[in-house]
Amino acid sequence: MSTTLTKPLHRFSARHAAHLPLMVTATLLVAMFSIGSVQYEGFFSAQVLLNVLIDNGFLLVVAIGMTFVVLTGGIDLSVGSMVALSTMLTAWLVEQNGLPLALAVPVVLLVGAGGGALMGWVIHAFEIQPFIVTLAGMFLGRGLCYMISTESISLTDPTTTRIAQTRVLLPGGLFVSPAVIIALVVLALAFVVLHHTRFGRTVYALGGNESSARLMGLPVGRTKVAVYAVSGLCSALGGLLLTFYMLSGYALHAVGMELDAIAAAVIGGTLLTGGSGFVLGTALGVTVLGLIQTIISFQGTLSSWWTRIVIGGLLFVFILLQRLFGGSRQAE
Amino acid sequence: MAVPPTPTPTRTDRPVLEAQGIRKVFPGVLALDGVDLRLFPGEVHALMGENGAGKSTLIKVLTGVHPPDAGTVSVDGGFQRFAEPLEAQHAGISTVYQEVNLCPNLSVAENILIGREPRRLGLVHWSALHERAARLITELELDLDVRMPLGTYSLAVQQLVAIVRAVDVKAKVLILDEPTSSLDRDEVAQLFTLVRRLRDRGVAILFVTHFLDQVFDLCDRVTVLRNGRLEGEYRIDELTPVTLVHRMVGSELGILDELAETSHTGTTDGPGSGDAPFLSARGLARAGGVQPYDLDIHRGEVIGLAGLLGSGRTEAARLLFGADHADGGELRIHGKRAVLRSPRAAIAHKIAFCSENRKAEGLIGELTVRENIVLALQAARGWTKPVSRTRQDEIAARWTEVLDIRPADPEAEVRNLSGGNQQKVLLARWLLTDPELLILDEPTRGIDIGAKTEIQKLVTSLAAEGTAVLFISAELEEVLRLSHRVGVLRDHRLVATLPNDTTLTPDRILGAIATGATS
Repeated sequence: MSTTLTKPLHRFSARHAAHLPLMVTATLLVAMFSIGSVQYEGFFSAQVLLNVLIDNGFLLVVAIGMTFVVLTGGIDLSVGSMVALSTMLTAWLVEQNGLPLALAVPVVLLVGAGGGALMGWVIHAFEIQPFIVTLAGMFLGRGLCYMISTESISLTDPTTTRIAQTRVLLPGGLFVSPAVIIALVVLALAFVVLHHTRFGRTVYALGGNESSARLMGLPVGRTKVAVYAVSGLCSALGGLLLTFYMLSGYALHAVGMELDAIAAAVIGGTLLTGGSGFVLGTALGVTVLGLIQTIISFQGTLSSWWTRIVIGGLLFVFILLQRLFGGSRQAE
Repeated sequence: MAVPPTPTPTRTDRPVLEAQGIRKVFPGVLALDGVDLRLFPGEVHALMGENGAGKSTLIKVLTGVHPPDAGTVSVDGGFQRFAEPLEAQHAGISTVYQEVNLCPNLSVAENILIGREPRRLGLVHWSALHERAARLITELELDLDVRMPLGTYSLAVQQLVAIVRAVDVKAKVLILDEPTSSLDRDEVAQLFTLVRRLRDRGVAILFVTHFLDQVFDLCDRVTVLRNGRLEGEYRIDELTPVTLVHRMVGSELGILDELAETSHTGTTDGPGSGDAPFLSARGLARAGGVQPYDLDIHRGEVIGLAGLLGSGRTEAARLLFGADHADGGELRIHGKRAVLRSPRAAIAHKIAFCSENRKAEGLIGELTVRENIVLALQAARGWTKPVSRTRQDEIAARWTEVLDIRPADPEAEVRNLSGGNQQKVLLARWLLTDPELLILDEPTRGIDIGAKTEIQKLVTSLAAEGTAVLFISAELEEVLRLSHRVGVLRDHRLVATLPNDTTLTPDRILGAIATGATS
């Protein structure tokens, strides 16, 4: 057997092509943190990083769900609405119907997962673009919030407020919110599922080539429905975390969060065409987004809209990078 | 090399796969009509036939993509009715398609084993997965790093990995659907080594290809289909390339004998053979399309291109029209070097190309005959100089009459015309631009005999007026009747250019197609 034929075309870049965006993001993160530390007094502390997680824990959970969908080559625009609906539903159930929080939480999670599964089923069964189906879901979710109430509902339930104010102390005088712990647990679970279960590998296969996955006898339909259910579940959980963070339910919470989630996944190195990316990258992406906000608030004079401008610029750069990697990933 | 076991047609052992009386009808088309196929363990069996003979449909029936309308498929003697590809796989029939159906983003190991990964406590057991994949790879004497993403290997290797996956599903029958069409010679050899190894292990392999020499190189028996019917099942040593091509092409050769002898010039001294050629190609080539070829076309000369479908006829012609870019060789027009970057450039050199796919690439069904005819002329003039309506009417009326387009109504919508008349409209459009070289790719396919004769007449009279014509057709009689010289293509190579003197017969052309020899 001739060995020249069976040699991969470019061994080094091949091994590391998928990891490269991840390394770029990690480098960027370190650079941003260093620049912030040099520029601003009090920036260089672990608590600044932990605060980024405290302020963005819900986004991390939502973005993890989004990563599942994007890895299959799909997209879920409904997550922002689903987050808002979850805050609204929780506040309504607990505040206005007197349901104990322990009962409201499973109801909300079930609604999220069910809604996601329904969209996944429509996408699969009728072969409709995920963009359109989840766009419909986005309008529907936001509309349902207003059905419950057009006003913001404040949460005064004692259990809820107690959890919201809880701080988990870490050694060295550092602290995080329970939301951060939950988000990190979700991250670990997502990592194990994506890299070490048959379902996770099918998600990657689906993103690599859907018709191939079907011909290889993989359960394409079931997997598709499942990723949208995962995304729905994650947005519902993200919504619960946001409820504790805001202590209110409101139809205008999390407007545009779907786009932040997509941006976090892309900056974290997940290809929008599917099949390539890491959920750990998404966590780095969320941290980058949070750190931009932190730097701008430390800077003090810039309007918060500068956050958007920087995110926009970063997205451009990362999409261009993906294009370049995408080109070199091809075997031809 | 070990002597391959040669199964005899009168084998007494039981076929592992047997299809009997398969019939499949698509709306308006009888794709398969009473086709039988038998595959025995440990044989490589070729499925041959021209395009449209029903090979793909038969494979789709065997693999559960299409259920048959009549007939039975049995595996190991038990009747099977596959509703989907997965069921065929479970019954032991695996298929490797022309395009690699794997996931380039996953590792080689995952591609081989995904869906059947070894697991421990519900989680993928990666080390066992890599070990098992590596063992399968070495068993088949391949040398790959199973941890590398599949996409980093060449297409040929991906094809091999697809076979490894197919075989690991405990395949009894392996169907290879044109696996070699995008591979080069060394890669094909590598693939064949693997196929032989699998055959020796007792797998029955059904091999579909356009390449004749590969059939004689690899296969033990052949089933030939023609027009959706079973032509026959043969041992490969009963056939020669010539007889095999005869079986595939069949009696179609006689169809046009009924036509009136129109205008076969039969001249040995083709027009302008002494003059400088209108167009001359030297070493013109395109990777994956056609190997380097030389061709001169003189004014007033009709050159026929013969060869099986997929032999590179169309590809050779497309290079002359700038529809594909040549990646080697040079082209001279009127003795001057010309680089055709696009069809527009070719049109500027007065070259016209009537494609074989008139519906998709030429005519606009919703427009009238008149509008379709003036389209190219208008495009050539530019939109700032519209062709006046009176002039349009004149042109349309003239060409409707000259080409006898029916109905003789320039305002009829083109989609309501018969295929032959549509072809004439397309011809009129190109003739209006007054081409010096007219390339006709299968101009008479799928049209009735009457229209066929008229188009043939037209080609002859155009040539008599000095137009050079490159005429591509699957019908050898037609090529012979019209051409001054006949170029024969085989496996993407122009193997011969034969002067059409009195000694040239369809059999001689077939001989050239089959063997590549020029005698």
